[in-house]
Amino acid sequence: MSTTSKRNVVIIGNGMVGHHLVEQLVENGALAQMNVTVFGEERHRAYDRVHLSEYFKGRDAEALALCDADYYASHGVTFNSSEAVVSIDRVEKTVSTERGHYAYDHLVLATGSYPFVPPIPGNDREGCLVYRTLDDLDAIRDAAQSAATGVVVGGGLLGLEAANALRGLNLETAVIEFAPRLMPMQVDAEGGELLREKIEALGVQVLTERATQRIEDGEASRHRMVFQDDKILETDLIVFSAGIRPRDQLARECGLEVGERGGVVINDQCQTSDPAILAIGEVALWSKSIFGLVAPGYQMAKTALSTLTGGDTSFAGADMSTKLKLLGVDVGSIGDAHGNQNPGARMFRYLDPLTQIYRKMVVSSDGKKLLGAMLVGDNSVYDTLLQYYANGIELPKEPASLILPQSGAAPALGPDALPETAMICSCHNVTKASICAAIDAGASDLGAVKSDTRASTGCGGCASLLKSVVDHELAARGVAVDKSICEHFQHTRQELYDIVRVEGIKTFSELIEKHGASGTHHLGCDICKPAVGSILASCFNEPITDAAHIPLQDTNDTFMANMQKNGTYSVVPRIAGGEITPDKLVVLGQVAQKYGLYSKITGGQRIDLFGARLEDLPDIWGELIAAGFETGHAYGKSLRTVKSCVGSTWCRYGVQDSVGMAIKLENRYKGLRAPHKIKFGVSGCTRECAEAQSKDIGIIATENGWNLYVCGNGGMRPRHAELFATDLDDEALYRTIDRFLMFYVRTADRLQRTSVWRENLEGGLNYLKEVILDDSLGMGKELERQMQTVVDNYQCEWAGAISDPDKLKRFRSYVNDSRPNPSIIMTSERGQLRPA
Amino acid sequence: MTATAMKHAPFTQSRKAPTGQKLCSRTDLVAFSGVAAWLETSQGAKQIALFYLPGHERELYAIDHHDPFSNANVIAHGIVGDIKGATVVASPLYKQHFRLEDGQCLEDESVKLPTWKVSFKGADVWIEG
Repeated sequence: MSTTSKRNVVIIGNGMVGHHLVEQLVENGALAQMNVTVFGEERHRAYDRVHLSEYFKGRDAEALALCDADYYASHGVTFNSSEAVVSIDRVEKTVSTERGHYAYDHLVLATGSYPFVPPIPGNDREGCLVYRTLDDLDAIRDAAQSAATGVVVGGGLLGLEAANALRGLNLETAVIEFAPRLMPMQVDAEGGELLREKIEALGVQVLTERATQRIEDGEASRHRMVFQDDKILETDLIVFSAGIRPRDQLARECGLEVGERGGVVINDQCQTSDPAILAIGEVALWSKSIFGLVAPGYQMAKTALSTLTGGDTSFAGADMSTKLKLLGVDVGSIGDAHGNQNPGARMFRYLDPLTQIYRKMVVSSDGKKLLGAMLVGDNSVYDTLLQYYANGIELPKEPASLILPQSGAAPALGPDALPETAMICSCHNVTKASICAAIDAGASDLGAVKSDTRASTGCGGCASLLKSVVDHELAARGVAVDKSICEHFQHTRQELYDIVRVEGIKTFSELIEKHGASGTHHLGCDICKPAVGSILASCFNEPITDAAHIPLQDTNDTFMANMQKNGTYSVVPRIAGGEITPDKLVVLGQVAQKYGLYSKITGGQRIDLFGARLEDLPDIWGELIAAGFETGHAYGKSLRTVKSCVGSTWCRYGVQDSVGMAIKLENRYKGLRAPHKIKFGVSGCTRECAEAQSKDIGIIATENGWNLYVCGNGGMRPRHAELFATDLDDEALYRTIDRFLMFYVRTADRLQRTSVWRENLEGGLNYLKEVILDDSLGMGKELERQMQTVVDNYQCEWAGAISDPDKLKRFRSYVNDSRPNPSIIMTSERGQLRPA
Repeated sequence: MTATAMKHAPFTQSRKAPTGQKLCSRTDLVAFSGVAAWLETSQGAKQIALFYLPGHERELYAIDHHDPFSNANVIAHGIVGDIKGATVVASPLYKQHFRLEDGQCLEDESVKLPTWKVSFKGADVWIEG
């Protein structure tokens, strides 16, 4: 491949749109024809600005990043971070930074926008900030440390995001809006009033029709804001979020055409007045419009790719419909939401003051087409309305039925009613036709369709619509989405769990008798038997060594030890929280010596003794139990360990007793059988030495209590746990974990860890929070009660087994001879035994 | 992971075990599960797995205890079930299924475990010669 003929493409700006262009260039093989150099003025590589407020909830810069750290380098793209371009020379075709000059053949401006700060005297005082970049957020967080109150100037979309962030920093928060209502661009007077009520109910003060005249020293707080009528408001921190302005400075200085109110003018090919220079994203002005959303920016990036590679894709404007969740309040806006762009349009309005829901439809004068819609308080009908709007589908005879409350299921527009051209994912421009094409090319489930088309991997707003389209198309192709657990039950694991709970069924034989599929011998198999065994244990926690349960268990559960590759077993006693007395350590050593066991420290802060013969297990456990040990359930799909750091007892940084909490938690949940194993971690401070964020349940101490993280995983597919609740006291922590774990046990598939369960959970983390923290299903108390049953019925299975001669019979290697298994042969390595 | 199966010549029922050997008693068995036992044959001692399905058309099965895929003696510790009409045991290590009736492996038709005829005589379990 010749490199001399490669063109130099320089991209200024590494925001979401600039990054998307790089991705497009990579994916379309364009790098074979060009050398790409990217300049970003920030320290960080491109990150997800749409979810910026999650930064204060524990998602750090790395978690927000849009690509892996080596993505650019591995594709041969030069990425210069912390290097701002200061000028463009269109004659020489070079750009300059403080570090040097760079030649270009094609230049792409993806410089985005900056927050507009109103020209108010005092707007540059210390503690007067903006909300746009990660550095801005760091500054807000720093300033918040010495603040009790915060004010956001601007009640639009970003302003409410910023208010949410301030609230997350525990500041008493107020929002000031110049217009008579919040989000004046998206909602009307009625919607704005409802929005105000909902936001005030969250403890955020809302002041509308306020114009700030000046900011000066306060008396009780750092600043005093003085308004037009001499009313005042004192606050410690001010965040300006009064709109954005295109960053067109470079373009102005080099003489490119810009709009009257800013923005670099582009044509349908995203070219500026200089055809060698393109502009995309929020800096670009197309047909006198700036598009301040990510989806149109991505479409411009695709157009730029086409222009750079000689294609003929044009940018033809973009739909500005959006659905948002601001401060937990749904707001949706579709097309001509105000109904002021279509003369003769008719409005349908529905307002429910009790549940605080407002819906408005703008309909053509003949009542046949949806021109726009506005939603506050509930976005559940958004997807349906958007499809009517975007695809020009004729409305039903009574259009009002679309926004009126339904006694039964809402009349969702079925996926079969959507035309092939229907846009399902606007972030990645995926239509129903491309989803069908992916399925025809072999994608056989939702995950495959997502990875093949990238649908629903942008903002994620189309997730439920995508799922219904995929399910429908698979069904239409005769791909039965059979969720039966195996041939013995035509039920999912969750259905079996509910049956067992509701009917109080306590044995496998009763379950298969009453609910088994016909046409089998009703013996079950190695899929359904352990799954049902686990469900029965989760519900009733009877010893798995009982005669009725023995045949259900995998060999590890049968013998309460882990079978190793040569047929011997390993023994793992519980060492709660990783804390062990010297006396107990000595006993472990003595037992290992006596029975010739290979000893290894596990990743979960306990000790694994390998190479035990089946017939030795009862004697080994007799000695361990006599020394005060109990079973560690290392063999079960159940709670394994609660890993801890040493905490405030010894560590100079610790703020809570993490070991004490770990021991309490391990003792509470030990013996809980679940769809898969469960691991906990407890760290005594934010240094996180227990690596709690890689666990199913992670707990990190704060000055005020405990922060709870959920659904993390190490292993094959690492996943950072997500922050679930903050500053819980001990009791609230137990209660929340009780509910969370029981809900997982109830709804997960067999052998599904919490991380995968969470990723497949419709509604995601927010839904989980609603169920567990807000008790939206009204099942919180029931879940707690169910957990208490498990806790109350706990008994050490090994202690039960060694005191029962019938159960002990099971541990004979052979029923008619006591000679040992001759095929177990050991050799020595590094001073210990290992399988030969 | 691919286990290398030891595809040894099947140890067939025609091979002479001493006629009418008593293996153990009914109480040694575990309902709907397996236990291991030693069987004296003219070829020397052999480990076998006994499965007990009380109330089913055929209640007793004897099959080789040796798992050819893992080379470990573990078959008696597998889970018993029925797959597409056949009564089977699943190896506890790599989960292949073996038909109890004739020892045929469902996942690999070239692998077949030896089986024996067993029956109750009163309270005892006897293997036929």
